[in-house]
Amino acid sequence: MSMTSHEFWTVVHGLILGSIYLLAFAGGFAGLWSLRKEFVTEAGIVERMKRMYWGVWTMVVAVWLTVIVGTYVVYPWYRAPIPESPRSMLLANPSKSAWHSFGMEWKEHVAWLAPILATAVAYIVVRYGRELADKPQIRKAALVLFVLAFAAATVAGLFGAFINKAAPIV
Amino acid sequence: MATSNRNGEADAALLAAGIGCFAMGLLTLLSEVSESIGGMLGWSSAVGALSGKSTLSVIVWLVCWFLLHMAWRGRALDDAKIAKLSYVLIGLGFLGTFPPFWHIF
Repeated sequence: MSMTSHEFWTVVHGLILGSIYLLAFAGGFAGLWSLRKEFVTEAGIVERMKRMYWGVWTMVVAVWLTVIVGTYVVYPWYRAPIPESPRSMLLANPSKSAWHSFGMEWKEHVAWLAPILATAVAYIVVRYGRELADKPQIRKAALVLFVLAFAAATVAGLFGAFINKAAPIV
Repeated sequence: MATSNRNGEADAALLAAGIGCFAMGLLTLLSEVSESIGGMLGWSSAVGALSGKSTLSVIVWLVCWFLLHMAWRGRALDDAKIAKLSYVLIGLGFLGTFPPFWHIF
């Protein structure tokens, strides 16, 4: 069950941090969606705010760590200017080159939208707290940003998984 | 609980996020269509142009957020209009990161 340091950090980036982010999103989205007086009582709103604070900030920390580890730890190994790097191997094979020219090129850029959007959502949740139950326009905007952050992370995560399958970082 | 239409802080966070995403999309597009711009953004040799694109986008986002927050805090603004503008900017940001879009230029 040994693992190289490269494989370890790839797992930290994609499997551990990425999964924490996506799971925290699910809980945070459900909490924000149901933060309405027609759905929950005043006591219910107060009760779920603490979970929401924890959830959104866990998500924010996880997504920032994901993109930073991905960009500054894993990505240099991926793109190393040697024939054995995943990038070199993908581009050398016409049937696999699109994993880089489309998949990786999209993934490495769109991923950075996720922490920006997630941080905005977390700020709004913490700044307004249970007032969000009375601010439908702001809550709706936060939900939209939440979903867009999830979409960006999903694209990055899916392509990361497939690319690592096509040309693993070892 | 009392409610207020003074949502300037939220509007600032929303619009700044939109601007940050747009910056990332724009920088990505520019670096792909122009080798010289791509070269200028290679702040880390190990990471390449992605280092400059991401760092500059984050800086743009944070500076805009600070300025908008200072200008809009405590104010009542057109939340719907600002949200829509944010969505457009975010959408353009997504588009700028999409590789097939680069080939149009």
